[in-house]
Amino acid sequence: MYQFLYNLIGNEIIAGLLVAVVPLTIILVFALFGIWLERKVSAHMQDRLGPMRTGWHGWLQTVADLMKMLQKEDIIATDADKTLYNIAPVLVFTGSFAVYAVIPFSSKLLGSEVEIGLFYVLAISSLVVAGILMAGWSANNKYSLLGAMRAAAQIISYEIPTALIVLSMVMLTGTLSLDKISQMQTSSFWNWNIFGGAIFSLSKFLLIPFMFVGALIIFISTLAEVNRVPFDIPEAESELVAGYFTEYCGMKWGMFMLAEYGNMFAVSAIISILFFGGYQSPFGYLGNTIGAQWLVPFEQGFWFLAKGLTLVFVQMWLRWTLPRLRVDQLMTVCWKYLIPYAFINLIIIGIISIL
Amino acid sequence: MNFYDIIFYIFAAITLLSALFVVTTRNIVHSAFYLLFTFFGVAGIYVLLGADFIAISQILIYVGGILILLLFGVMLTNKITNVEIRTGTVHMLPAAIATGIFMGAVVAVMVWTEWKSEPSVIPLTTTKDIGHLLLTDYVLIFELLGILLLVALIGAASIARRDEE
Repeated sequence: MYQFLYNLIGNEIIAGLLVAVVPLTIILVFALFGIWLERKVSAHMQDRLGPMRTGWHGWLQTVADLMKMLQKEDIIATDADKTLYNIAPVLVFTGSFAVYAVIPFSSKLLGSEVEIGLFYVLAISSLVVAGILMAGWSANNKYSLLGAMRAAAQIISYEIPTALIVLSMVMLTGTLSLDKISQMQTSSFWNWNIFGGAIFSLSKFLLIPFMFVGALIIFISTLAEVNRVPFDIPEAESELVAGYFTEYCGMKWGMFMLAEYGNMFAVSAIISILFFGGYQSPFGYLGNTIGAQWLVPFEQGFWFLAKGLTLVFVQMWLRWTLPRLRVDQLMTVCWKYLIPYAFINLIIIGIISIL
Repeated sequence: MNFYDIIFYIFAAITLLSALFVVTTRNIVHSAFYLLFTFFGVAGIYVLLGADFIAISQILIYVGGILILLLFGVMLTNKITNVEIRTGTVHMLPAAIATGIFMGAVVAVMVWTEWKSEPSVIPLTTTKDIGHLLLTDYVLIFELLGILLLVALIGAASIARRDEE
């Protein structure tokens, strides 16, 4: 996409900035839509209607909330550490926004075609941890600090099973590039990695059960990494008010919300790229059938968003299904169950893929 | 001035300024957080040198691992602000001579080394080559480092478990 914009405009800086604007727009629109969806999903699961008054079925509710947030007074507690307090929301949002630099939305709409995309995603999300610790410490509030400590411990722990599953997928596909992993799973849903990849052989059938286990483990551990229920102990509202962003208000609080929803979609996108074919259609493309090649990237974008939003919907669904874990249970799940299973899965996938 | 030159100077400025703040600030938590920007700036310079894998490893290991550990350690100390980090300046003369010699050596190496300054083609990716080298030429060192890390891990676990007896 950068090359296309560069040819169109002829200025490296403007083209680079425009490439960065695209995922920013996607995050903003997704956050508006995602918060509305979260409210509607939770309301309907509890047999309520949710927001109904602002626009059709309340679809303008988040826009109204955003307007309210922008007008709020920016309150900083006297004892807060002002510099770090102001940097922290930006850092958290930067971490979640930077992930989008390598996510391919379709074969034409991808920010950077960097070869080490997956590794980059794992690394750059650690900025979020630093930002959360910064927010929790600088607010000078015990709830904030406790929430930040819990969040950091949780995210670091659950990065290990995520990285192990990602490693097994890298071993299977032989590349770290998210775009290449997507391209490999083309033409039919039977070629997706969750069904053993595109090469038709005995090992494909042997891989299927381990792929299902891998997809499940990475879904659970990424759910914990984005601090969603049932792993939301960093912001457990009955114990810690709001966790690490207790003291924040107005648009700085909004930045944390944006980062949370950005992260939700980012991890869903990563899972869909690793296991569910990324932007590839499960059936083949209408554009190829009727001979309109320009239609294919749009279809790919549609499928990518559909898969991502489905996984986001599952995350919201789980929020109203499962109770919150305790701190010790959370660590038990990670260290005693997910990491050993992920290790065994890694070894078995390694053995099968060299068969 | 090239586009990439501007980016290089931005990253260099971030690295140097934040490193300066790390050593001058009185608050050790601030020091730890400024270190984040230093690591980030260094990673950016690695990217500009075409070493993408090392840049990402820099962020993953230093920002994601060491810095977080450092922050935990710093936040659990009881005296955070106004720590007297600077010790008294005794032995001024030997210190000045030692730093002067070291500085001279570094500058001499910088001046006399024949740098490879040919405009080499930046490789598209370095991951594959690094992987091949690690498992062929440097496999012994690689395995030894793995064993060393494992020993450290077991040691840490045994220290943490000791008071349960």
